[in-house]
Amino acid sequence: MRDIRKNWLLYLMFLPVAVYFIFFAYVPMAGIVMAFESYTRQGGMFLSEWVGFDNFHYFFASGKAWLVTRNTMVYNVMFLGCYTVFSIVAAVFLSEITRKMFKKISQTLMFLPYFISWVTVSAFVYNFLNYEYGIVNKLLHYMGLEAIDIYSNTSYWYFLLPFLYVWKWVGYGSILYLAAIVGIDQEIYEAATIDGASRFQRITRITLPLLKPTMIILILLGLGRIMRGEFDMFYQLIGNNGLLMDATDIIDTLAFRSLMGSADFGMASSVGVYQSVLTLIIILAANWLVRRYDKEQALF
Amino acid sequence: MSKTATAGNKLNSSPLFTAVSYAIVSIISLVCLIPFIVLLAGAFSSESAVLRDGYWFWPREFSLKAFQYIFRYPGDVLSAYKVSLIITVVGTTISLFVSTMAAYVIGRKELKHRNKLSFFLFFTTLFSGGLAPYYIWLSRNLHLSNTYAVLILGPMFNVMYILILRSFIKNSVPEPLIESARIDGAGELRIFLQMVLPLSKPALASIGVFTALAYWNDWWTAMMFTSRDNLIPLQYLLYKMLSSINLSAAMAQHVTNLDAPKETFKLAMTVIATGPILLVFPFAQKYFVSGVTIGAVKG
Repeated sequence: MRDIRKNWLLYLMFLPVAVYFIFFAYVPMAGIVMAFESYTRQGGMFLSEWVGFDNFHYFFASGKAWLVTRNTMVYNVMFLGCYTVFSIVAAVFLSEITRKMFKKISQTLMFLPYFISWVTVSAFVYNFLNYEYGIVNKLLHYMGLEAIDIYSNTSYWYFLLPFLYVWKWVGYGSILYLAAIVGIDQEIYEAATIDGASRFQRITRITLPLLKPTMIILILLGLGRIMRGEFDMFYQLIGNNGLLMDATDIIDTLAFRSLMGSADFGMASSVGVYQSVLTLIIILAANWLVRRYDKEQALF
Repeated sequence: MSKTATAGNKLNSSPLFTAVSYAIVSIISLVCLIPFIVLLAGAFSSESAVLRDGYWFWPREFSLKAFQYIFRYPGDVLSAYKVSLIITVVGTTISLFVSTMAAYVIGRKELKHRNKLSFFLFFTTLFSGGLAPYYIWLSRNLHLSNTYAVLILGPMFNVMYILILRSFIKNSVPEPLIESARIDGAGELRIFLQMVLPLSKPALASIGVFTALAYWNDWWTAMMFTSRDNLIPLQYLLYKMLSSINLSAAMAQHVTNLDAPKETFKLAMTVIATGPILLVFPFAQKYFVSGVTIGAVKG
């Protein structure tokens, strides 16, 4: 208390942020009680009728629980894996490029997709994969091959979604890994060169092993987010396309559809709580691993 | 890259390896660039060429008709530009100022509760109530639907940015400097405004561009909380046009006209919505790059 009286002005400076997070994070957090209620407008978030675990029973009995959990995890693992590999490849080869201008321009181009929204990306996908006018089908046509109908065939999306994810994030990832490469002591490379190491050997024997700590930390932190789906991406690219639903429905899109589409508050809130609890457990586990690996890098 | 690295690479260099490096980097860069080119080519093509031959890598039958069509009834687009500009400028300014203030406070050593305050912020990144309570609370209890306030407040703070600012301020504003200012009689507010803010400029620039980008690209808040035409930001307008739902009556009428360039119209609209970012990007890129690396060095 004495601390607060003495430094009241400092605490006052923190107040706006505190008020914001109470209103925009903590009260909604207390709203998890909704998942145990049969929500009505009169009762509101906190005083609707208590129904225990009914909403969860409904959610798990719908058969959706396992489907969306699996999809969310499978896609996120694919995203993380592809992102890591391509970011490292891009960073390693960028670091080998000595012409400044070339390096700068290529970095700019790789970073470009990071800046556009998934709304814009969906326009790109339409450009390329639209059945009638898309470039891909025009190219297939010139080569005398059958046109493909991307919007009614699930198997393409297992390839397309990771590709688009990498496309959007490779510039960002390559900057991260490039910073780690630039931080490597140059004397190691010089010594290796004098000992007759080829450039390829310098990459496999020096750069990649020294990137390993950065890579492990980034992967573990990425795994902590494995239950959080890329809502923007899935919603913009696939939307409510029923043909693709089973292969591309993730936890976040299910929660959104239940809430905004069918106003099924019980379903939406129980899905939300399910996701939040799993996320919390996984983040704690990932952080525990990070802490064991390198204390400095742990989140908390 | 430093001079020694360049020299190191020149020793026992192999032309084949150099060629492979340039080739791989070029391929990745081109893959990133090509969709933008196809978008521009499509937007500047004539509708009949697209209907006949599909999209291509360069405009076939160059035409400005799609753009002319949009700007014949510019009401929706101009209004969306206005909304996006307002929320981006106002939101980024408030967010930066308030975030920096909080970051400065939780970095001050003499505050006994500073770690509790940090955790109070950090915990929100670990756990959340989910979408449903957030939506109900904001729309039904706080009555924020269809206001500028929700578009500005919704995406306002990012805890990670506050924590990054905290460690930046700790490293770049030395404690003795604050002490001596205080001995000279400067109040907390003055120390913050006249010392901390100016000294944090590099971090503010980086965090600022990321925050502005988040505002500009935000369509989600608008989709959740607004239904009025005069509160639709650019990205949400683009989404509505791409999925051809709920255009404002005036616009819809013209889009469904028989002579409307439906295919190229969508692309022209995408160009209009994305153009500003791509024009600003080359100037802001260095701040983004330093932002990525500040963020990587965790505080």
